[in-house]
Amino acid sequence: MDAGAEATPVKVSARDLDVFYGATQALHGITLDARANRVTALIGPSGCGKSTFLRSINRMNDLIAGMRRQGTILLDGRDIHDPDVDVVDLRRRVGMVFQRSNPFPKSIYENVAYGPRIHGVSDRTTLDEIVRTTLEQAALWDEVKDRLGASALSLSGGQQQRLCIARALAVEPEVLLMDEPASALDPLATARIEELIHELKERYTILIVTHNMQQAARVSDTTAYFYMGRLVEMGPTAQIFTNPSKQETEDYITGRFG
Amino acid sequence: MNESTAARPRALDAVAAASSESRRRAARRAESLFGAVVRTAAFAAILVIVLIFVFVGREALPLLWQDATPGHESETVTWSSLAGPTTYPDRPPRHVWQPVSTVPKYNLAPLVVGTLKTTLVAILFAGPLAVLAAILTSEFAPRWVSQVVKPTIELLAGIPSVVLGFFALMVLATWLQQILGVRYRLNALTAGIGLGIAVIPIIYTVAEDALAAVPRSYREASYALGASRWETAVRIVVPAALPGIFAGLALGFGRAVGETMIVLMASGNAALTTWPLTDSVRTLSATIAAELGEVVFGGPHYRVLFLLGVLLFLFTFAVNLAGELTVRRLRERLGGRA
Amino acid sequence: MSSRIPGRPAGAWKGHAFVALCGAAAAIIVAMLAVILFDVVRSGWAGLGWQFLVSAPSEGMRGGGVGPAIFGTFALVLLMTIAVVPLGVLTAVYLFEYARPDSGFARAVNLAVSNLAGVPSIVFGLFGLGFFVRFVGGGIDRVFHGGELAWGKPSILWAALTLALLTLPVVIVTTGEALRAVPVAAREASFALGATKWQTISRVVLPQSLAGILTGAILAVSRGAGEVAPIMFTGAAYFLPKLPSRLTDQFMELGYHVYVLSTQSPDIEATKPILYSTVLVLLFLTFLLNATAIAIRARFRAALRPQDA
Repeated sequence: MDAGAEATPVKVSARDLDVFYGATQALHGITLDARANRVTALIGPSGCGKSTFLRSINRMNDLIAGMRRQGTILLDGRDIHDPDVDVVDLRRRVGMVFQRSNPFPKSIYENVAYGPRIHGVSDRTTLDEIVRTTLEQAALWDEVKDRLGASALSLSGGQQQRLCIARALAVEPEVLLMDEPASALDPLATARIEELIHELKERYTILIVTHNMQQAARVSDTTAYFYMGRLVEMGPTAQIFTNPSKQETEDYITGRFG
Repeated sequence: MNESTAARPRALDAVAAASSESRRRAARRAESLFGAVVRTAAFAAILVIVLIFVFVGREALPLLWQDATPGHESETVTWSSLAGPTTYPDRPPRHVWQPVSTVPKYNLAPLVVGTLKTTLVAILFAGPLAVLAAILTSEFAPRWVSQVVKPTIELLAGIPSVVLGFFALMVLATWLQQILGVRYRLNALTAGIGLGIAVIPIIYTVAEDALAAVPRSYREASYALGASRWETAVRIVVPAALPGIFAGLALGFGRAVGETMIVLMASGNAALTTWPLTDSVRTLSATIAAELGEVVFGGPHYRVLFLLGVLLFLFTFAVNLAGELTVRRLRERLGGRA
Repeated sequence: MSSRIPGRPAGAWKGHAFVALCGAAAAIIVAMLAVILFDVVRSGWAGLGWQFLVSAPSEGMRGGGVGPAIFGTFALVLLMTIAVVPLGVLTAVYLFEYARPDSGFARAVNLAVSNLAGVPSIVFGLFGLGFFVRFVGGGIDRVFHGGELAWGKPSILWAALTLALLTLPVVIVTTGEALRAVPVAAREASFALGATKWQTISRVVLPQSLAGILTGAILAVSRGAGEVAPIMFTGAAYFLPKLPSRLTDQFMELGYHVYVLSTQSPDIEATKPILYSTVLVLLFLTFLLNATAIAIRARFRAALRPQDA
């Protein structure tokens, strides 16, 4: 299992990444590799910087006034802060699913078609096919195929979150960032999402932020433990959970704090 | 039908294909264009304020540096003729606004007096009513009372001022005349009460906001000491909100000074400098409205009317700025509702 | 144990008196509105009728109706809306979507907007005359018509533009409120899919703020429909034999008509029934607009509330 985790190429790679919000430093020299077709879990107590790190990968932090950065992140070996890199294209290639499901108040169909449309797909049959295939990938198609015109807000919480995953997949990303995607869901809906993550890693590089230790243990291949803006330890999930090399990691995992 | 999810569906390549470099470049262009458009629109808001000042001022200014034409000194307008009394050979000097006469007199004193009289009546009438009503709805009233008072205020705010002017002229004037037995139906009191109705909503709204911004913790601290609701309201909440209440009064005052139709219709429009509130008056705003239609473009009278506009603009600008800043500071200090 | 603090009941009557005073103030305000409405409806109701709404004044304003004034009012606020809504919405989009709230320019725009709201309406009238009629209109005539008078005179276009500036703050403030009601999450979702700011605003934010923008437009129309001072010198006319058909025509307007009927009539008693009916029409129109706006706003404010928590 560990050998398998090493086999795929590095997809996302952070190099000495510092992030500041105004005067406070949120990330300290993060260096981390996430491999293709693997799930990398980011764990750690609230405010440890794991979400900030996630949002650095698709440059969502750029939207925050007063954000400053040193060091960089490479996607397929290429600097995402290179002036030639178009942030729009970057975000198309790096999809994101948020903690709270946030479908647009539009129809189910329009939610999924939104991304393709803004990237210039206007042909109806192509859009139809994108909507169908991505809803299938998100394991939502069978539940909604008869009411694609219904409002996305009429779906249950778990369905909404899968719709948001479908919406993210519809622009054909290579990397999928998930920020506590199941934290607002009940156990049943959470299980569906976790199952889905297993299927999706066949095609995508996934980074997932989670508060839930069991979830990290269940879905991820690699786990990174963040504490106070620093990457404390990173390694194969099985190793991190059974035999961490740092005392702090063990304390957190065994629930002694956090 | 049977496509496996592992095989890359063809349709998905469409997104990458459509998202070409040229398209992205077009999107970036649209982006910067739109950014420029909204920035321009926002700039227009500033521009309008500047233009108002410049263009109203532009029509008034030539007045102040033109030289007296020899032989027509009495027709030219000077600072002293705007402010000082007119002297007569056979009578004591008086402040006179008499723009249409063989020797036009542009003394502003009667207009300033008229404006002050009507606005003071308005504030004295509207201030207590609006502030007390605001205290009622924010501190004491059960829900149903607020549900009557608040829509009433909103409706009152929605009444066009020409309708209030009409009401003051047709109804209020008659009532006041019957009650007080005054000589002139249209006077400072009638116009002032009409104006008061117009400014109640603004005073109420600002005062209510200020009261609501007082943190709940202040009230709870007072209740915990055994103070009753009214004691808390009078000793804690109202003093804390006082700057906001004053700001409301100031904004109401600014509005009353600038309001035109009500005073134009209900004040009698006689430019007198007498003290009784039951005399007719002529205000700055009503003078502009009444006389601008009949003046020669570019003449001294025309320019004096624009000068009145400049005065009104500057005055309301200052009052609003002061009121606005007070409200903002109060809100920051109380740290209540954003 | 004796307390140095006096017992409660001593001051209780003061509390009751104070609350009663506040209640009386509120009651007086409610009563004033009731009296105004009652008076106008009672005296104006009889004269209302289809004929009154469509026909032109006759017999020196002692007969006929207010048809041309209603038409003029509608035409005026329509033109005004076309001018003010795009400008107001774009300014609000700048303030709430683009500007950093602490930037000097944003502060200046905010200050300008709140001060614009306080400029007396008669000053807008002066500005309309000095800027639109004399400067812009006169300029057009000098450049394109060889000085012949075509645009450099009061007209419905200049009156509408003057009103548009007067109502600009209303549209900006209400639109801004609606933009704030759109959750940050909706914007993030769009950006995360690779949408540009313009795409996010035009496809996600503005559609979700439509109710608020509509409210702003209606409030602006309601305000504009009742203002008289700004249009007195920029385009409104006492009486016109025919309806305005071009942008450079003058027009009759309800509010101005009320002013004319109540102050310029040689025989006020004879004009009274018509006057009251005209006021009733104007009041009904503005109340209807306001009520609509308040209803829509209440709905989107309710939608906003959970986001606050």
